[in-house]
Amino acid sequence: MVEYQTNMYEGMLAETVMMQGAGGDTINAYFARPLGPGPFPGVVLAHHAPGWDEWYREATRKFAHHGYLAISPNLYFREGHGAPEDVAAKARAVRGVPDDQAVGDLEGAMRFLRSLPISNGKIGAFGTCSGGRHVYLAACRVQGFDAVADLWGGRVVMAPPEITDKQPVAPIEYTKDLSCPLLGLFGEEDRSPSPEQVAQHEQELKRLGKSYEFHMYPNAGHGFFYYDRAAYRQEAAVDGWQRALAFFAKHLAGA
Amino acid sequence: MCTMIAEQIQIEGSGKGASGWFTLRQANVSYDHPFNAPLEHALNLDFVNEAQGVGARVAVEISAQSARTLAETILAVLAEAEAGGFVED
Repeated sequence: MVEYQTNMYEGMLAETVMMQGAGGDTINAYFARPLGPGPFPGVVLAHHAPGWDEWYREATRKFAHHGYLAISPNLYFREGHGAPEDVAAKARAVRGVPDDQAVGDLEGAMRFLRSLPISNGKIGAFGTCSGGRHVYLAACRVQGFDAVADLWGGRVVMAPPEITDKQPVAPIEYTKDLSCPLLGLFGEEDRSPSPEQVAQHEQELKRLGKSYEFHMYPNAGHGFFYYDRAAYRQEAAVDGWQRALAFFAKHLAGA
Repeated sequence: MCTMIAEQIQIEGSGKGASGWFTLRQANVSYDHPFNAPLEHALNLDFVNEAQGVGARVAVEISAQSARTLAETILAVLAEAEAGGFVED
């Protein structure tokens, strides 16, 4: 983590780029990076169910501010273009995007960052809500991530009736393949994932000897980082951001 | 999506969106995260015309209880209209 001093130079470049996603498709992404030669660690951000929206642009720039190459691929690219809410509403109507596609897009974003000459070769993944689920899946199914932060990702634990063609395997089933340390941030009042589901996930991580840190916040529910929503919980959000940044600083430092 | 509970039906009618009236072709009904209503989950109704792009949408996000009351009221109003011989289809 970069601790800024008031007499330091600070600069950032943030822009839309095109990248190769699942199936070789070209999709767009929001990319932010500190100015300078680096080398910098990288973070791939998987946006939440409400879409590839302003909050995710802000989160992407926040990681760049803290010294990361940060990229947020548009996981709803194939749904068409318009206001982020309208695109997300279309994705919601068809029960989201296929897991294979989201994982492929996140893998593409990881490869995009690692290919940059200013990369230090270490790449993490961060996601909230459905994005938390997607980054967990990616960290299990794809080699190349060095740390993953799942923030209140629902449906990691899935009941048999919830299995669909788009979500054919519950992410918890892939836990044996988790290839990097995991940070999990959850709210006690959340119903997706419920505290019981989080406990079940934690039990599986423990059983398989995986490296993980889970934090369950009291008086918080789903989406407690979102300052623009009623779910916002200031104390938990501040603590959660500190934990996430400390987690990535620990695991993504240069070799 | 966190609940993944969604259904789509074909409908006929008109809706007034951000750019004025347009022909409705589909209604998407979901119980999932709303964009604006201060609820973790809401009954979301999107009246759309997919052929006109994602912006052709009239959005409604209401609580589960509101949705039940709305559904019951729609059926009650239709029943009264049918009893009066006003329903043509």
